[in-house]
Amino acid sequence: MIHLGVTILWLLIAVWMIFFYAPREATMGEVQRIFYIHVPAGWTAFLAYFIVFVGSVIFLAKRSQAADDLAHAAAEVGFVFCTSMIVTGPLWAKPAWGIWWTWDARLTMSFLLWLLYVSYLMLRSYVFNPGRSALLAAVVGIIGFVDVPVNYMAIRWWRTQHPQPVIGGGEGSGLEPAMRLTLYFCAGAFWCLFAYLVRERLAIARLRRELSAARRASAPQDQKEDRG
Amino acid sequence: MQTLRVIWAIFVKDLRVEWRHRETLASMCVFGVLVVFLFNFAFETAREMSLRLLPGLLWVAFAFAGVLGFNRSFAAERENASLEGLTLTPADPGAIYAGKLLANLFFMTVAEVVIVFAVSLWYNFSFIPVLGLFSLVTGLGTLGYVAVGTIFGAISANTRMREVMLPVLQFPVAVPAFIASIEGTTGALRGEPLAVYADWVNLLIAFCIIFLVLSYLLFEYVLEE
Repeated sequence: MIHLGVTILWLLIAVWMIFFYAPREATMGEVQRIFYIHVPAGWTAFLAYFIVFVGSVIFLAKRSQAADDLAHAAAEVGFVFCTSMIVTGPLWAKPAWGIWWTWDARLTMSFLLWLLYVSYLMLRSYVFNPGRSALLAAVVGIIGFVDVPVNYMAIRWWRTQHPQPVIGGGEGSGLEPAMRLTLYFCAGAFWCLFAYLVRERLAIARLRRELSAARRASAPQDQKEDRG
Repeated sequence: MQTLRVIWAIFVKDLRVEWRHRETLASMCVFGVLVVFLFNFAFETAREMSLRLLPGLLWVAFAFAGVLGFNRSFAAERENASLEGLTLTPADPGAIYAGKLLANLFFMTVAEVVIVFAVSLWYNFSFIPVLGLFSLVTGLGTLGYVAVGTIFGAISANTRMREVMLPVLQFPVAVPAFIASIEGTTGALRGEPLAVYADWVNLLIAFCIIFLVLSYLLFEYVLEE
């Protein structure tokens, strides 16, 4: 409950900062403010995939149900943040660069991360035997995570070999202090929201398991009917 | 020594099964050639620039042919419940992976030879002057592709809609191998010296090592009941 309250308050202040505290960007104007949503969403998406990896490794090593729940929850919530990044990116690119999409290294990488999320979540819902889905998903989570840096190398080399699209200088090349503060504040708000959603998702997973255990315990004769 | 014998036994078993029904190889080759055939219409206007077209065309055909092969590789074991038999033997899971990988590598190579022949014929391109370096790049790319394809084939055999699940799992992970193979093949087909695209060849070697080792270690969990 406290967590929810803090998250809401933090997000509200973040929204206020985005629109009233952060200065207007000189060349791009108001549209640049989407930066404070886009970049923290991307950071959260990459952090979430790291959590999927850690959860998968712990699950394979210790077979702890909690680790598998964590990996699954982080993947679901991370997918939402990754989708926000993918959606806000083109919305910003169109007015700033004049195009919706370009196969630049970062864009390609973000889309790839999104695909890795899709494949992980699809696998989890399509495995025949639910008992095995955790094992197989853990293997996919680990391979996918190891693939991220290899992919990053490949895509960067690939892009530097081709003509670069015209992109107005990167944000990293000197951010105004008020802008930087807003960015970090937004990132904090997103991580707080991420943690809240993952906690809720973990609670649901736990309840679901308790419920099915209680059902099995209370009515063993029902099982036969279910099967028939 | 024992491990090598297991790997060899599985490899020979897969080849023998294939020899008896000849389904996997036939479908891989026919499908690969069909892709080449369709590209012929898709890029009719750009045919004169075949050198810029061929690397991409070849790798798209290889990628799709591979998906068919990796799917069959474990689907057949699953349908006959023979995978349970394999896991009951005292064989090391890594050795099962290696045996399967070798068989898939063999099928891919045969399919690739057929596809390259079709491309050479229909696009009037002679591969013979560049055969050495082209084979090196293609061989490394294929090894990397098969390394991830074999483990993902085993995973997707456990799912509904495995025909869709396999490419969804495999293509994002295989992107580095795909990029490096296409860039390397471009260099090789142009007759450039190896030094020009050595970075891509090194990337392919690194990709092969990383995913061979990782899959070898993780395969145990894929087979676990």
